[in-house]
Amino acid sequence: MGLLSKLFKSSAPELPRIPGGSFTLDAKGNLVSSTVPTWFPPSHLHDIGHNIVAIFRDAQQAQLQLSELIVHYGALKLTARELRGGAIIFLSPKNAQSSVAPGN
Amino acid sequence: MQTETLIESSHVESSPATPVRRDKILLVDDQNELLDMYKEWLVNLPSRPEVQASNTGARAIAMLDSEPFDLLITDLRMPKMDGLQVLAIVRRKFPQLRLVVLTGVTDEAYRSRAYAMGVDLFCQKPTTKEEAQAFEACIESLLGREKDTGGFRGIQSKSLMDIIQLECLSQSSSVLRITYQAFEGKIWVQAGDVIDAEAGVMTGEAAFKEIMSWKTGTFEIMPDEPNRTRTIHTSYHGLLLDSAQAIDESDTKHQKSDTDVAKATGSPLAKFSRFEGVEFVLETGAEGEAPRAYAMENAEVVAGWTKQTRNRLRGIGNLLHAGFLGHVQGVGLQRHVTLSEHDKGALCIGFRRDMTPEQVLLTTKQIFTKWVS
Repeated sequence: MGLLSKLFKSSAPELPRIPGGSFTLDAKGNLVSSTVPTWFPPSHLHDIGHNIVAIFRDAQQAQLQLSELIVHYGALKLTARELRGGAIIFLSPKNAQSSVAPGN
Repeated sequence: MQTETLIESSHVESSPATPVRRDKILLVDDQNELLDMYKEWLVNLPSRPEVQASNTGARAIAMLDSEPFDLLITDLRMPKMDGLQVLAIVRRKFPQLRLVVLTGVTDEAYRSRAYAMGVDLFCQKPTTKEEAQAFEACIESLLGREKDTGGFRGIQSKSLMDIIQLECLSQSSSVLRITYQAFEGKIWVQAGDVIDAEAGVMTGEAAFKEIMSWKTGTFEIMPDEPNRTRTIHTSYHGLLLDSAQAIDESDTKHQKSDTDVAKATGSPLAKFSRFEGVEFVLETGAEGEAPRAYAMENAEVVAGWTKQTRNRLRGIGNLLHAGFLGHVQGVGLQRHVTLSEHDKGALCIGFRRDMTPEQVLLTTKQIFTKWVS
């Protein structure tokens, strides 16, 4: 693997960390609970939560009453459930090993 | 001006007393540094193949004309003649040649198109050691399989049903890997019985029936996995009969062509309503373009929500470093919706509420592939 070491050591930038866990926002937009790692800024959790709540609210106005949202990102799956005006949001990073398998 | 370079083949010492024919690989990429790197890498595979390289498609075809190769590995993005053009020519002129695409292009549409052209493997250019090792294993497997077991190519005239019947009648134990457009499915056969299947998130009989509904694609027979847990207990006769019946019903329902449906309804989106469970379809184009919809009343409002939701979710993705935004599923009490985006706009599809999230996602992927192409 000497060749591979030579090839990849210079082109291996540090990967950004992707948070996993869940958090809950109440109907007033307050962060009620969170299991997301503390290195992830709470302000980002607020931003994410508010946007998700807004998506549910606007969907209702468009006559698309949604109770759950599943968002497939390249490296993460986000699942959000509507909770009486608030939301519980699950962040599930995808397994890096499985996502790189050829043919997937 | 681009220079055409023919890189000399690599040779590995072998005993003159045992003249074993080594596999020959032809690499095609417009970047000479990458060619050198891949070449150095491939000659060290356990089967010690002979590797030659070309930095243009035209040169590669000339090399294939002048001597036989076992495997062609090509990039997609190349000046003058791109990888898809190379594949089209090569598939026609050298049907026995195994084809691998090694590219930095991540667009699923290219993957589908490449597989539709009959490539054996579509790989992203490896960026980590793990990816490199996985790619190396795939190439070795492709070379080894042909050498050890022989086998026929060009059996497109046989349906998947025929293949499964053959596997079961011969009491084989194997894993069939089937690729259809952007989808991949597997069917496990043990001692002539179908014991399990997997298609995306679907498993068991549901997955088997889903795979059987795919009318085209490619497949390969992989080694048996003896420890696979059995989830299908119906005999293969029963499974195939059920599948044949479902296909017949589907054909009857879908006998009108897409063009007929578009003409009859006046909407090019109407063809998507023939997919199971679809209630409405909405397409939003570029900025300022009016949305196009089929079977929905408040298209403008939903189009606005679609656009705003995509923007919000992209923002969330950036905060999370989550990568590209793929399909979005909304689960509702009255109906489910999905959002998918592409360079040409976005697609919002409404589904009946009795559809499972797995069925919704699978159907969305099928419609999206058709829409993009």
